[in-house]
Order: sequence, then C-alpha cells, then structure tokens
Amino acid sequence: MKLNSKIPEGRLEDKWKNYQVKSQLINPANKKKLNIIVVGSGLSGAGAAATLAELGYDVQCFCYQDSARRAHSVAAQGGINAAKNYQHDGDSIYRMFYDTLKGGDFRSREANTYRLAELSAPLIDHFVQQGVPFAREYGGVLVNRSFGGVQVQRTFYARGQTGQQLLVAAYSQLSKMIRAKKVEMLPRHEILDIVLIDGKAKGVIARDLRTGEIKSFAADAVVLATGGYSRVFRLSTLAIGCNGSAIWKAHKRGAYFAAPSFTQIHPTALPQSSDAQSKLTLMSESLRNDGRIWVPEKKDDDRKAIDIPEEERDYYLERRYPSFGNLAPRDIASRAAKERIDAGHGVGQLRNAVYLDFKHAIKTFGKDVIEDRYGNLFSMYEKITGINAYKEPMKISPAAHFSMGGLWVDYELMTTIPGLYAIGECNYSDHGANRLGANSLLQTSIDGYFILPNTINNYLEGELKENHPGIEHPEFSKIENEVKGHIKKILMVNGSRTVDDFHRELGKVMWQECAMSRNKKGLARAIVQIKTIREEFWRDVKVTGNENEMNTELEKALRLADFIDLAALMCKDALQRDESCGAHFREEYQTDEGEALRNDEDFAYVSSWEYNDGDFILHKEQLEFEYEQPTVRNYK
Amino acid sequence: MKVTFKIWRQDSPESKGALKIYETDGLTEDMSFLEALDHLNETLVLNNEKVIAFEYDCREGICGQCGVFINGRAHGPHDHLTTCQLHMRSFKDGDTIVVEPWRASSFPIVKDLVVDRSAFDRIIEQGGYITAKTGTAPEANAILIPKEISDSAMDAAACIGCGACVAACKNASAALFTSAKINHLNKLPQGYPEEHKRFSDMTAQMELEGFGSCTFTAACEVECPAEISISNIAEMNARYMKAKIYS
Repeated sequence: MKLNSKIPEGRLEDKWKNYQVKSQLINPANKKKLNIIVVGSGLSGAGAAATLAELGYDVQCFCYQDSARRAHSVAAQGGINAAKNYQHDGDSIYRMFYDTLKGGDFRSREANTYRLAELSAPLIDHFVQQGVPFAREYGGVLVNRSFGGVQVQRTFYARGQTGQQLLVAAYSQLSKMIRAKKVEMLPRHEILDIVLIDGKAKGVIARDLRTGEIKSFAADAVVLATGGYSRVFRLSTLAIGCNGSAIWKAHKRGAYFAAPSFTQIHPTALPQSSDAQSKLTLMSESLRNDGRIWVPEKKDDDRKAIDIPEEERDYYLERRYPSFGNLAPRDIASRAAKERIDAGHGVGQLRNAVYLDFKHAIKTFGKDVIEDRYGNLFSMYEKITGINAYKEPMKISPAAHFSMGGLWVDYELMTTIPGLYAIGECNYSDHGANRLGANSLLQTSIDGYFILPNTINNYLEGELKENHPGIEHPEFSKIENEVKGHIKKILMVNGSRTVDDFHRELGKVMWQECAMSRNKKGLARAIVQIKTIREEFWRDVKVTGNENEMNTELEKALRLADFIDLAALMCKDALQRDESCGAHFREEYQTDEGEALRNDEDFAYVSSWEYNDGDFILHKEQLEFEYEQPTVRNYK
Repeated sequence: MKVTFKIWRQDSPESKGALKIYETDGLTEDMSFLEALDHLNETLVLNNEKVIAFEYDCREGICGQCGVFINGRAHGPHDHLTTCQLHMRSFKDGDTIVVEPWRASSFPIVKDLVVDRSAFDRIIEQGGYITAKTGTAPEANAILIPKEISDSAMDAAACIGCGACVAACKNASAALFTSAKINHLNKLPQGYPEEHKRFSDMTAQMELEGFGSCTFTAACEVECPAEISISNIAEMNARYMKAKIYS
C-alpha cells in the first residue's frame, strides 16, 4: 500500500485553514446517529471524547484505571508550550514550528509540525477557560518559562503539576458530557483487540477488569488514545499500567507502526537503586532552568558533592553546548550524561548519576523564589530519597520516557485502517526523532480537542449511508473467541517464572541495546535474545488465578506478551536506520565530536512497518522539506 | 529485611474477607512499600497462590490510584504522603505491618485491597466543571486573575482524588474532597457564573452517595497527600448560606 499523508494544498500557513474549508460536514441530526469509541481517557482521549460529544456524536470512552482522572497525562510536570509571544522575546508560530522541526532532527512532516505550533496559542485560551490555574504575575497575566531546545520563553505551567491540572480540566469536561448522557464512560476496561469489518474499524473487544468478562463494542469509528509504550523497558518514567497492547493489536490487524524505535530517554529522572525497583521517577526538565548539571572532574571521586571545589567540577553541558547550556535538548543532555557516566565520572552509590545543583540559583534568587518555582519537586525528591536538595545537589540519571514512535497516521490522524484513528502519544506525528520538552501536553491536547473533531467528519460522512454492523455481526464473536483463546493460552502455560521476572529480562536487553546508544551488532543480538525471551515466556510463564475474576497478574501477562513482540520490532527498526538522528543514536554514525550524524540522502523518511504473519515489511514515507532545509542540528 | 504482613483478603464484593498473615523476606530499605507488595506477590505466584489485588498506577504520588490503610493510618505512617511514596526504610526489620483497604461504605470493596471510588466521579459529574464548549474561549490574558487568587485556586486544585480524606475520617465524610473541587473552580472568574449551582449540585450528590457529615476533626488534612487545607471546608460551609440566599 502506498502511504498517502494527505497534506493539504497551499502555503504552509494556509494548509490547516484550507483543509477545514474543504472537509466534509455532518449536520447535527445525523451526528446523533454516529457512534465513536475512544480508547483512553488522558488528555487526548478525554479531550476528544468530550469535544466529539459536544458536537453531537454518541461516544463511549474506555480506560483501564478506576477513574478517567488517573491517565498518565496527569504526571507531566513542567509545562505546555505555546507561541503566544507574551514575553515579547521574538517568538512566533514560525519560530516554534522551526524549533520543533529542528528539535526532532528533521524527521517529521513540515505541515504537521506547523499545525502543532499554529494551534498552540488557542489551546492556552481553551485551558484557561476550563479553569486551569496557570502560574500568573502579580498583575494577573500569565507567566512563562523556558524549556530545553529553545531560546525563548513559551512554556506555560501550573506549579510542577501542569499535566495534572490539564488532565483535571479534560476530565471535568468529560464529566460534563457524561452527565449530559452524551458520553458513556467505561473505566476498568482494557481493550484487547480491534474488530474490522470489510477492512474498516468497527469496534473493539474489551475485558472488564472487575469481572474478567470479555465484551464486544461496536462503533462507526474507533479512536486510540492509549499513550506511550516505554514500559517496554520496564524501568521507565511511565505509570505501571501504561501499555502498548491496543496499538499492537491494531498493528496486527493492519495499522502500520511508524518509527517504533524512536524513544526519548529523559535526562532528569531519579537513578535506579536496585533490581526490585518498579519505576523511575521523573524530575521535571523545568529544573534545568535554574539547576546546573555537573560531575566531578576526577574519576571515581568519593568526596561528597559539597566538598568538591568549584574548579574541580565539570559543568559538561555548559562546556559542550555553550549557547544552550543546561537547556540542551533531552536526547543530547541524556547522551552527554551517559558519556560522562561511562567515562567513570558518575556519582551516587551505583555511580549511575550526575548532579543537578541549585546552589547558584539559591544564591542569586534566594531560597523563597526557588521554593515558589519548584517547591513540590524538591519535596517529592526528599520524600523518595530522604535528601534535602536545598542543601545538597540532586542526583539524576537518564530514564526511558516518551515514545515518539507510534501508529502511522496521516494529516487527519487516521491510521492505515479506515475508521481507526490514533491520537496523542500513541501516534507518530509531530515530534520526529526527538520531542522537545513541553510539546507533549501540547500535541496530545490539540490532537484530541482541535484536530480529530475536525477531521473525523471526513470519514464519518461516508459511513452515514453505510450499514452500521452491531455486535451481532459474526466478526465480533469470532474475535471474542480469539481473545478468549489467547487468555486461556497464557493461563495454561503454568510454568515456573513470574511475569515480572520476564519483564526485567526484556527491560535489560532493551536498555542495553535499544536505548540511548545503539549499534548494529548489539541490535542483532537483541533480536535473537528477544526471540528467546518470547519462546521462554510462552513455555514457562506462571500466572495464578483465573480469567473470570479481577486478576492483576493476568493483566500484566497480557501486556507483557505484546511488549515482547513490540520490542522485536523496535530493534528491527533501529537496525534498519543506518544513520543517527535525534534520540536514535547509532554508534557507527557520529561526528568526530561524538554528535549524531544524519544521512538525509538515504533516510529522510518515516519508517512504517506492516505486520505480516509474525514478520514485518518496511514501507517508507518520504519526507519533503519545502520551507526549511534540514541542517546540522547544532546547539553549541 | 524481614517483615510480617497482615493483609485483608476478600475475593469479591459479596464474599466475607479476613486478615491473612504473610511472612516476607528479602526486602530492602530502598524498596517502596508497593514494591514490597510486588515482591510478596511474586512469591505467592511461585507458591501457586492468587496474587493480592492492590491499586497503583503512576507510582510517583500524582495519579491518586494507590491507597491503603497501613497500621491504622491512610497511606501509612507519614503525613501528606501517598502509599506509593512510602518506602520500607520507614519500617524496622521484624515489624508487623497491617494492610487494609479504605474503610467507608461509600467506597465498597471490589477485591482484597481494591475499593470502588466511583462516588467521587459522580460528585464531579454534578458540576465539577465549567460549562464551555471547545472553541469558545476568549484570549487567555483578556481576563486578568490576581496571583493570590490563582495560587489559592491551585492549592485546592492540587487534590489527587485518592480518597484518603474519606478513609481517615471517623464519619467517612467527603467534605475535604468536595470542598476542594468546588473552591478550585469557584475562586476563578471562569467558574463564577455557575458558583451556586455547582455548590448545590455537588454537595447534594455528596450526600446522596452516603458520605458522612464533617465534624471538623481535621483528620483528613493530616493524611492528604496534596496538603489540601480544611479551610476549604470552612469556605464551603460559608458558601452554603450564600447559595441558599441566591439560588
């Protein structure tokens, strides 16, 4: 199949307007007849469900948590970008577009990235209207701060809980539409497969996590808003329940998976302390506005941070990237930390961390100002580590974080399966090979609130005249039976190893070979190791309890089974890309100074994988750069 | 590190539950409390037993999904902490740790340590929002909001919806939760047009769900991970009179 990105005609700044002028409309009376399933209740899912319901569609929204308000958008801390130019510092839509395109190392579509910047300003208006208490000046106007990879201040924030506040707003709008009986909310439901009828997405199969019951749901379109899949590394900044199952099942049913290996490793998480650890807690990137990152100049320095004099500290980001300093983009900051740690300058018990120091900021601005800006982050740090970061530097370390990769979508956010959409982190759209800080809340929100509600009509208008197959269609019972068989198969293995044990093993392979730095040999080795893990899993996993009850161990096993398959594709994707770009750093392709060496001639495409009976076929969406020619991404 | 867990096991909402004793070995002080339960669950699997159902998601204190009674206190021995932020260094080798689900009739038990907190969602559905459709927003800086007002709305909005306030209260009152939600929106100019209706509808739903009355013991404030102040309840009570007069 030839990939058609459906980029509208016209100049860059007119494309979205041109699209809207020409897209199909559906009258309110007809919208009522159309039913849409939204999987996920984070910012994109809740935003889409609420907005689609406001427009008159009949919506069912699913989440695996006990309440829509728990989705992992809640954990984003630092902020959300918008080209408002409130700081009068030269910002504009075009500059934000350029920053994002360059930040992504020229591996995203110009038209998508421009639309992201274009819709950013109205999104801030929207969230203020919904009651988000963004930080404000004494005079009552909104405040901004900086994030990595940019030189203007365009980040809006609500203390260190921006994601929580935006999600509370989205959840409140969702609740409004639940009360209006336009949205049916189904918490504690996990989507285990997608149902296609005549090649179009027509419903889902869900497991009720309270009772274990397998249920069918039919719809005229299905929207996946299931978030990122970095839990494939096991240790990540993600919530424990985050998974890739729904998108993986969609992939197996025909949706192409784009750039699966593009994973962002966040530079400022708390370091791992033991094997039993289940998650790596993120410390917001906003801390890098005032914190300075350093390691001891001397290898294996055993002194306490406060005993190391200024002249023996290596502020390596400021040294290597003087114009961006501590605010270098995430991929670069993570790699620079890994380089120092590998060279023997790491700190902490396991020597796997670097310092993030607020001494200078506290001296310049006073403790009160720093407390006002980051108070909750400092107290969170103290809760977890027992260390007071006002007195000594924090210890931080890189951790698996955001999935730039995801289901391939066109300009309308539709996957290669007609009627199946992917929005938010689970798609591959705007971030290219590396996402800029505070662009995640932005992308996920505009996908759900602004873009999808404008594009879904174009497809649904054609569906109005078609049949609306219900769950009595034989395809539903067929796939229900497949799902039940899959569950039975896992329970029947009855082996000798726990799900977590397999997950730890998979995570180690992925972190070793498919994270910050990759090479051909390692990736080929990983593919073999993952194959073995897969065989062992299906031969030796042990899950107790049964399928007809709440069974949290079974939930984990089902998610891990899909992660194992996804991991193999991630390695395969990283292996085919013989270049370095953004977060994808192949050791064979680097400059003399150790920077990523891109190859635009051969790799200016989005790798899009088709599932083919256990194997994968590569399709390439060539990226055209009309307005900005790819340049060397320089932050020096 | 070795500890003895006494954990509430209950198969389903209808069945009778009981505390069960588990001797656990091989824990470390660095482990979070939930990681200790993960560890125990892995042992149970290998012993061919069903795992203990307990809730969590983000494991960084913000999603509000985790929450159990630990040695008689909501979220364990510290003030203002979620269960996932509690670490085993807070216990001593050889300790006995009693783990129970939230106890409140409005939060019925689903299984083991898992309870149903959908009553909170239903309270929000009755007005915990601003009625404004996507696409109708004016320019963000067109309405100025003084920093003090915005900050105090944020203080109330920080609630993570974990339910510890209800669990800690001898009356199982949801006054802290409901008042924080009302005050977050009512303080902001955007929330002003619906302030009285929001108050009336949300408090009516709170009562309908069977939560008890507030007798101002402040037990909720001590446990709240988001440090929501009980002054929110006082403010809600003041709004009661206002709403009576104006609606």
